Amino acid sequence: MGGTSSKLPKDLLSEYQELTFLTKQEILMAHKIFSELQDRENGLYSSRVSMEKILTLPELKSNPFRKRICHVFSTSDMKDGSLSFEDFLDLLSAFSDSATLEIKSHYAFRIFDFDDDGTLDARDLEKLVNSLTGETDDTRLTGEEMRQLISNILEESDIDKDGTVNLSEFQHVISRSPDFVSSFKIVL
Amino acid sequence: MNSAFTTWKWRKTLREVRRSRQQLQRREQLRWTLKEQRRNMRNATKQQGKRVRNMKKESESKSESDSAPESKDNQAVGVLGSLTPEELEKLKEAVDERKKLIATMRGKPWPMKKKLVVLSCVLSQGVTGVFIISFLYYSNCQKWMKFQRDFENFKTACIPWEMKIKEIESHFGSSVASYFIFLRWMYGINMILFGLTFGLVMVPEALMGKPYGSIPRKTVPREEEASAMNFAILWDFGGYAKYSVLFYGYYNSQRAIGWLKFRLPLSYFLVGVGTVAYSYMVVIRTMARNANEEGGGDDTSFNFSWKTFTSWDYLIGNPETADNKFASITTSFKEAIVEEQESRKDDNIHLTRFLRVLANFLVLCCLAGSGYLIYFVVRRSQKFALLGLENYGWWERNEVNMVMSLLGMFCPMLFDVISTLENYHPRVALQWQLGRIFALFLGNLYTFIIALMDAIQLKRAEEEIVKKNMTIWQANLYNGTVPDNSTAPPITVHPADIPRGPCWETMVGQEFVRLIISDTMTTYITLLIGDFLRAVLVRFLNNCWCWDLEYGFPSYSEFDVSGNVLGLIFNQGMIWMGAFYAPCLPALNLLRLHVSMYLQCWAVMCCNVPQERVFKASGSNNFYMAMLLVILFLSTLPAIYTIVSIPPSFDCGPFSGKTRMFDVIQETLESDFPAWFGKMFSYASNPGLVLPFLLLLVLAIYYLQSTSKTYKRVNMELKKKLQTVSWEVQMYVQMSPTVND
Repeated sequence: MGGTSSKLPKDLLSEYQELTFLTKQEILMAHKIFSELQDRENGLYSSRVSMEKILTLPELKSNPFRKRICHVFSTSDMKDGSLSFEDFLDLLSAFSDSATLEIKSHYAFRIFDFDDDGTLDARDLEKLVNSLTGETDDTRLTGEEMRQLISNILEESDIDKDGTVNLSEFQHVISRSPDFVSSFKIVL
Repeated sequence: MNSAFTTWKWRKTLREVRRSRQQLQRREQLRWTLKEQRRNMRNATKQQGKRVRNMKKESESKSESDSAPESKDNQAVGVLGSLTPEELEKLKEAVDERKKLIATMRGKPWPMKKKLVVLSCVLSQGVTGVFIISFLYYSNCQKWMKFQRDFENFKTACIPWEMKIKEIESHFGSSVASYFIFLRWMYGINMILFGLTFGLVMVPEALMGKPYGSIPRKTVPREEEASAMNFAILWDFGGYAKYSVLFYGYYNSQRAIGWLKFRLPLSYFLVGVGTVAYSYMVVIRTMARNANEEGGGDDTSFNFSWKTFTSWDYLIGNPETADNKFASITTSFKEAIVEEQESRKDDNIHLTRFLRVLANFLVLCCLAGSGYLIYFVVRRSQKFALLGLENYGWWERNEVNMVMSLLGMFCPMLFDVISTLENYHPRVALQWQLGRIFALFLGNLYTFIIALMDAIQLKRAEEEIVKKNMTIWQANLYNGTVPDNSTAPPITVHPADIPRGPCWETMVGQEFVRLIISDTMTTYITLLIGDFLRAVLVRFLNNCWCWDLEYGFPSYSEFDVSGNVLGLIFNQGMIWMGAFYAPCLPALNLLRLHVSMYLQCWAVMCCNVPQERVFKASGSNNFYMAMLLVILFLSTLPAIYTIVSIPPSFDCGPFSGKTRMFDVIQETLESDFPAWFGKMFSYASNPGLVLPFLLLLVLAIYYLQSTSKTYKRVNMELKKKLQTVSWEVQMYVQMSPTVND
């Protein structure tokens, strides 16, 4: 372990083990990585690591949803996407191998909800598709294709036809997908 | 329908009420149990608890290692040993309850702080003993889950070529990748076929049968001995290659060989039947699984949503891979949108129809032309054979094979050009293309088989002559020694000198092996010239050429999915046809597929560009399987015909001496099984029993088909109902503000 950072107390370790889907090794590894991201002067579990530092992690660096992930898991009052160690554990637990489909679909919904209004409307879907197709101009979809795509998505998933996809509709779609659980995974 | 739904709902609510009541009861029990425990613990194990706590503090100061839980387990066992069985039971109950609570806690999407607060509220009556035991159970569960997870990872890692195919998929889309997945699946089937033929036919004969040179069928004849080792002869599968375990003629017809008493003729026959049966089973099972996955039309309707919500792979950490992934996601979006649009386009119908009829007419002309060409070539080769093949050069000897391979190479290109007239959706065009090439190859194959049949008849006529000559030759042998017909001591003649009949089965096997080799060579050479050389020329001549080679005429080639898939399917058909007569064919095919995989993966990544119009191959999976099934059926027909109707050669192969090849089954039933078994079998094969059984099967198929149709219909109705209900709810919600006013 890094010389200046202190160790995780045993009772906290066991509680984290019980409350997340992570194994003991994974929690300790997370603690080690988190300590390396922290500033040396600060304390332990109440301190937060800024979003920029979190985004330097190799697992998140190439992810198009990295900023949304930080915002969703952050419990900071200033809404700046900074993560405490417990937020970091929540993140890893939701993305771990053994997390349930309900947890993953819940968090996936919140990540895709770019405006945080509790539903996925056409603007959210547009931003979502733009993140998926990369930022360069030649990979982006044309306006016509985007319109077509969004109307197709809403036609498939919007069961109550209110023009938005809410959490239960989203979970209904995701539960039928064969490869959601295996792709929604981050391992340190 | 209504009543079923509401009853189900009512029962569900009842179940929930019952469950919550049970939970309340259990919680009460837990509180009482915990109170009891506290009392017991306080009285009996106060000191032990202190001891355990001290030991815990000591282990905390040590470094964290895997041995820590085990030492804790030992301490926990020590504590447990001091409790009475009833206390242990109550503790276990309490621990189970606690585990359930914790499990639900873990599954809640709350932030950690909230979970910690709730946990501390619930467990405010926590006891040290309970804590220790939960640790024990907990670590065991974790270990089991971890083992399961690791095993799953291992199983996925064992799938061969997965990374290669994923890379191809991300560059070229799913239709090109589907070819490689198909190739890999074929490789698996061939592996099993190879295992069967190698392990149960070739190895026993090689190890336990008579060695080379002991009997006539296993020895190179004296006339051919001089040239038997020549490379040209060996490449043609003559000489030493012909008189080896590779071909039918080598096998001895002895009923049981070796110390194992291995029944080789029976094994040969059963392996032949078994390979066909296994292939049928696998193909039909895969078709059924594909049909299941595509759903009753319901699940494919989530196409776009799945692409949007589930296509990103969160494990990607490399920026280059991420770029590839972006590209492939964009490709797949565009594919899907093109599909949607194609299904809504409507053009000038009359022009399209006329062009399509014209295109079909041209294709029929091509097919007729190729059929006549093959017939002509086969006739010519029969003429050559009658006049003796030694008088002619290489081309005349291999004319049939070469013509078939060349036709198989050029006609699909022709069909491709003709199909541009038709202007179909890419997937439909692919299916037409596949259908036409299928007809072409089928015509070729059956012409080849007819030629083979003629050759077989020729050989059998020759065999009659040899049999007659054999008696004369044997008489000549004894002529010089004992003149009377008393039992003379047998004169030892070297096996190479004994005249033997033309083994038509080995001839058939050889023809198939030669065809497959020439087919393979043609494919690889086409690949190298058509793709690689073309790419090299375009790349390097581009600088010094008048027009832009890369965008203009030759440009880089696209991967021809349909041609390659059909080549693979027909190749497999030839293996199925010839495997009975040349047990080496599955091994040869395995080698061929292995090399093809690597060669084609390299060629695709190096020389090909993605198709301009990309589309998904999802619907084609069952199309390929259906074609494979048809080929399987058509290719086993000739083999079965020859087995059932033509008598085996008198002096070569495992069935020599019998009137029909399947007599070996009769023989085994009579000699190896008890008498009642044979009687039972003859009753079971009575037509009076078999016909009703067939009728029953047909009825079962009809019944299953009608129930599946009913399920599909019910599914659609439920879906519509769901939409209606939600629409009604929405209307109600919209109306309610006015109601409240």
